[in-house]
Amino acid sequence: MAKRAAAFADPVEWRDLRALGAAIRARSLTRLPELLEQLEERCRENGIAVHWAETADEANAAVLAILELHGAKRVVKGKSMVSEEMHLNDYLERHGIESLESDLGEYIIQLDGETPSHIIMPAIHKNRGQIARLFGQKIRDAEYTEDVDALTAIARRVLRRKFFEAEAGVSGVNFAVAETGTLCLVENEGNGRMSTHVPPVHIALMGIEKVVERLEDVPPLYSLLTRSATAQPITTYFNMITGPRSAGEKDGPREVHLVILDNGRSRTFADRELSATLRCIRCGACMNHCPVYTRVGGHAYEAVYPGPIGKLVTPQSEGVGRRHDLLEASSLCGACGEVCPVGIPIPELIVRLRAEAVGEGSGSEVRGAGEGRHALEAAAWKMWSAVHRSPGLYRAATLAASRLGRWMPGSLPVLSAWTKVRTTPRPARRTLHELADEKGIPDA
Amino acid sequence: MPEAAREHILGRLRRATPRPAAPEPDVSVMARKVHAPDERYPRLRRLMEAVRAEFLETTAADWPGAVAAFAEAEGFRALAYGPGTEAGARLAAAWPARGPRLVAFDRPIEECKRELFEEIDGGFTTTLGGIAETGGLILWPSPQEPRLLSLVPPVHLALLDTTRIHDSFWHAMRAERWAERMPPNALLVSGPSKTADIEQTLAYGVHGPKRLVVVAVRGRD
Repeated sequence: MAKRAAAFADPVEWRDLRALGAAIRARSLTRLPELLEQLEERCRENGIAVHWAETADEANAAVLAILELHGAKRVVKGKSMVSEEMHLNDYLERHGIESLESDLGEYIIQLDGETPSHIIMPAIHKNRGQIARLFGQKIRDAEYTEDVDALTAIARRVLRRKFFEAEAGVSGVNFAVAETGTLCLVENEGNGRMSTHVPPVHIALMGIEKVVERLEDVPPLYSLLTRSATAQPITTYFNMITGPRSAGEKDGPREVHLVILDNGRSRTFADRELSATLRCIRCGACMNHCPVYTRVGGHAYEAVYPGPIGKLVTPQSEGVGRRHDLLEASSLCGACGEVCPVGIPIPELIVRLRAEAVGEGSGSEVRGAGEGRHALEAAAWKMWSAVHRSPGLYRAATLAASRLGRWMPGSLPVLSAWTKVRTTPRPARRTLHELADEKGIPDA
Repeated sequence: MPEAAREHILGRLRRATPRPAAPEPDVSVMARKVHAPDERYPRLRRLMEAVRAEFLETTAADWPGAVAAFAEAEGFRALAYGPGTEAGARLAAAWPARGPRLVAFDRPIEECKRELFEEIDGGFTTTLGGIAETGGLILWPSPQEPRLLSLVPPVHLALLDTTRIHDSFWHAMRAERWAERMPPNALLVSGPSKTADIEQTLAYGVHGPKRLVVVAVRGRD
């Protein structure tokens, strides 16, 4: 957090750059259908095959069809959150294809049969001792070491052979440029370049929201992304792919495929307020600054996207009623909204989704709207609201609570759900109004 | 099915409430990231050294010899390069008969993949220039200069003309009109490959080159 703050040390630059980033993303979204068509057209002109998928299943099937066409049995993967949405590794394994994560963090958790706990640092929940034991158990000829450089060298040795042998590479996409048909990839390790340039076939996966209008839109977003994610002014590599191996080129993939996945995003897009969710550039700053995330960790969210942005993404795709738990797990402190480099009003949108979850549900486009509603809870709030609107009722209720509240047993139905894990609240003996009267404070 | 998916997705997006046209974004924050010409190279060097890039300062006349001397001093068995570029031709002309082999990457990767992965200690490439704002080199691989030269060998040597350093990435793509002529692959490189995936501890040389050596050609002196 301190490093990120230092990376945005100039408050005027941060304000202006963030406004620019938000404007670029918002503008791209206002033209989303046209830009996707333009992207498709440019990609095709450049020799990139484009595939559309409404669901994760369709995207998996598209990837499998390409791999089967080439008889590919060994796939290396660069980091891709969309592939996590698709559970692509499991799917390919079930079809007899090895799908190996090559980002070091992703490789570590894949070895241990886990999923990422952070979108930028997937193995942040593991310490070097755990990784050393894991390597010792799972990698042939790996000697036990807790030295980070030595562990990295072991992974390099194993994965170099995999890059060499792979028949296809899979990657995500950070930004897709409609103007030029360019797919941009941000990385430090070089595994992304290895996965996209060494194997003869490259398959890139993107959500429909990743498109930007112009190539010139990329530098400000890239700057916001690297500084927000890891406080770097620039990553080691910024890889711009505009086509497969061209005539005369000696290397690069012979085929590049782009799979464009919806998976519920068009539903989010339909709602003008909630569509701000789609501005996200997946930097992870909201997670790093979230008091809930930093205590419970990424796996507690039981979702592909953890943290504050995950609280918007997951309930909208799985249903706000079903994932009501995520929406409640927020103190609304506002830190996520303050650090978001593209100005997504995350706290406001969490409140909106909470209301959708417990609202009437009718007339709402939000998935699962109203499914978090309990008749008893709704009635209690209705009563609360009535009491607070009428001074007479309010006085009567506070008087009753101050005189009788202490004898209310914690084991009462409904109340016991609260007192099971908390002490029973004890109302004060006299109401605030009574205390004020005693001090001679006049009524307003 | 795929055609249906396309129509369904685009249909849903088009049916959504129309959005008011957004104003042209204000790019002044990008435009003002400028650096005096004589400050650009020192800034680039400082920022790239901070992420462990190395610099070999030389002149327009001497750089081929400096590259050969470096390869020899590091005990390279072989250095790969792209023979079709002007710089490649100069390097080959100046390459000493003794010492490391100079290997032309002039065949499809399918014919030389094992050699590139196992026998080559360094890859030499040109650059289109550099970026002062953040540090970084601009590479446009081509038929004359393959993509993997800057990725697979453990050491990447990159030739930089220090008079061709742009203020920022944004300035570079505007000045050179990239949007009208993007190659199949273009990239920025700022240092050797690195990771912080184990306990957020920085480690260099994970998948790409372990060392990045910038062969910096200073002025016309």
